[in-house]
Amino acid sequence: MEAFSHLVGAAFDQQQADADKAAAAAASAGFAYGLAAIGPGIGIGYLVGKSVEAMARQPEAAGMVRTTMFLGIAFTEALALIGFVVFILIGL
Amino acid sequence: MIAESFSFPEINSILRWQDIFTSFNKIALIAVAAALIGSLVFILAGRKNPAEAPKGVRNLAETSVEFIENGIVMQTMGKDGLGWTPFLLSLFIFIYLCNVPGIIPILQMPATARMAIPMFLALLVWVVYNGVGLKHQGVKYITNTVWPPGVPTALKPLVGVIEFISNIIVRPFSLTVRLFANMLAGHILLVTFALLTNSLVTAETKVFMLKPMAILPFFMLVFLTAFEVLVAFLQAYIFTILTAVYIGGAAHPEH
Repeated sequence: MEAFSHLVGAAFDQQQADADKAAAAAASAGFAYGLAAIGPGIGIGYLVGKSVEAMARQPEAAGMVRTTMFLGIAFTEALALIGFVVFILIGL
Repeated sequence: MIAESFSFPEINSILRWQDIFTSFNKIALIAVAAALIGSLVFILAGRKNPAEAPKGVRNLAETSVEFIENGIVMQTMGKDGLGWTPFLLSLFIFIYLCNVPGIIPILQMPATARMAIPMFLALLVWVVYNGVGLKHQGVKYITNTVWPPGVPTALKPLVGVIEFISNIIVRPFSLTVRLFANMLAGHILLVTFALLTNSLVTAETKVFMLKPMAILPFFMLVFLTAFEVLVAFLQAYIFTILTAVYIGGAAHPEH
């Protein structure tokens, strides 16, 4: 009887540990994505702002600036997207 | 309470599809359809009489070829790169046609929201640009990629490791993740707002004005659908332009 209750207790502890782990994973997934979004957010804002400034100063160079801007956005955005993938991997 | 009746489904249930027949599901169907439709448009356009003024399908084909030539090749590789137009055009059309089903009713799934297709395309691009580099520069391609010209000898070990990782390993990885994560994020957003609308409309509640609140997530859903039209195009464009940049960089190391 004692062994049985011991087993049940162990199973309960295991369940509790799983639930705790899931809760910690969900919380840290949120943090991971939030932190990963800060840098690229600032970066893309700065990048597009400067590009608009350049296009306004020199409208004839707008096409070239736009191409380079998209390239820059693609590189900067990758960091946020990796954060998003990590969010999916640890959170769900 | 509404919060109790609403729960987000498992990630697998919004991304995994039943096999139509063995190892052929909706994703594969969309990819095959994208390849067939893309080829069909250009084959039909190629059969039209070139002496007449373009209309219909030929107009579409000519516009997209011009877009690739002027918007991508000329901006990144210059005149030498015009030979790459067919490759870049097929990449662009295929990715675009794989992205667009994310907002087409009934299909409602971008084929690029699963890792497989972006990863294959990125590996293809990796093989192509490394092949071009080896063909144009020979063995010097490797030293040129690892050590950009003008690096002091003392820094060579450090710069070598960084450049090798960023040029050879991170490039295909970031190409894959950029396309895949963008489409996946869009898909999950659409699912979220569709589910929110649904659960508000069907909620059994006596709370005042709760059901009409469904209009808010619904507007968000409509807005996001319009946004996804843009994203589908933009991601295809970015994938193609990055491919052009990598090929151009491998062919001509000096700029």
